[in-house]
Amino acid sequence: MHIAEGFLPPLHAVGWTVAAAPFVVHGARAVAKEVRERPENTLLLGAAGAFTFVLSAIKLPSVTGSSSHPTGTGAGAVLFRPPVMALLGTVVLLFQALLLAHGGLTTLGANAFAFAVVGPWAGYAAYRLTRACGGGLLPGVFVALVVADLATYLTTSVQLALAFPDAGSGLAGALVKFLGVFAVTQIPLAIGEGLLGVLLFRVLTVNARPELERLGLLRPVAEPTAQEEVR
Amino acid sequence: MSRRTLVTVVLVLGVVALFAVPLLLDGGTSEFAGADSQATEAIEETGYTPWFESLFSPSSSEVESGLFALQAALGGGVLGYVVGRLRGRRAAARAPEPAENP
Repeated sequence: MHIAEGFLPPLHAVGWTVAAAPFVVHGARAVAKEVRERPENTLLLGAAGAFTFVLSAIKLPSVTGSSSHPTGTGAGAVLFRPPVMALLGTVVLLFQALLLAHGGLTTLGANAFAFAVVGPWAGYAAYRLTRACGGGLLPGVFVALVVADLATYLTTSVQLALAFPDAGSGLAGALVKFLGVFAVTQIPLAIGEGLLGVLLFRVLTVNARPELERLGLLRPVAEPTAQEEVR
Repeated sequence: MSRRTLVTVVLVLGVVALFAVPLLLDGGTSEFAGADSQATEAIEETGYTPWFESLFSPSSSEVESGLFALQAALGGGVLGYVVGRLRGRRAAARAPEPAENP
């Protein structure tokens, strides 16, 4: 989903930067507030950032014969709500743009909008929907990570189609072309990411139960340890 | 093996299979090029030339993969530290305190 440096026309680059900036600023304030008011959650905040740091660094092969990378932004969105991920995701993108020539500064706004704004929000919405329908924490986490991953690549495809409409078939044709590059490749990666998220949250439900209860992800139970041992 | 361990093993195997199967099935015919660079090529086919270059580009693919490994190592290190601390905290909370209660 990294649009390469210089690969968006200046007008689009500025437009997406303006669109993403308020989310990132709001996210920075959300992170500062979280650390200040609930310092006991700082460890988990680090875990959320670290999770997306690892996952977005690993390029994985897919059934289409090309490779791509997961996003990992859904985990933090479930734990701390999406605004926090707007900052953490942008930090990841900045690291990759500056050190790895992956993505870029002129495309940082567009990439942040897809990776750090749309992905986390879509994943969080999917999580809330799953929970509202009676799904448990782990199914919710799985759905959140899958949806956050796919939504990010969908957004990138739309961004590229808007910037480079096909000469003959227009916007729709270009969208099909870019979805062809990203969408199918991403499906197994999104599922794999969902499974990794479930693994992470299985560890957290046992070892960070007080935090998850405070964050409202788990309902407090009378005897948490006895309850957990059964699983 | 407890049910919990079994579920963990199945989940890990599932993740490995998801990425091993595409590699094994294709029999060496695909290059597994990055989707990002495929998108870049598709844009260049339309006659577009990028108007800005990266400030810094890794000078070789070795340097680049090293920096990617650094990113994964930083993330993995922090994640491992957090999980380790949380586990240690739980173990400490559950363990009796023999020193204070002889």
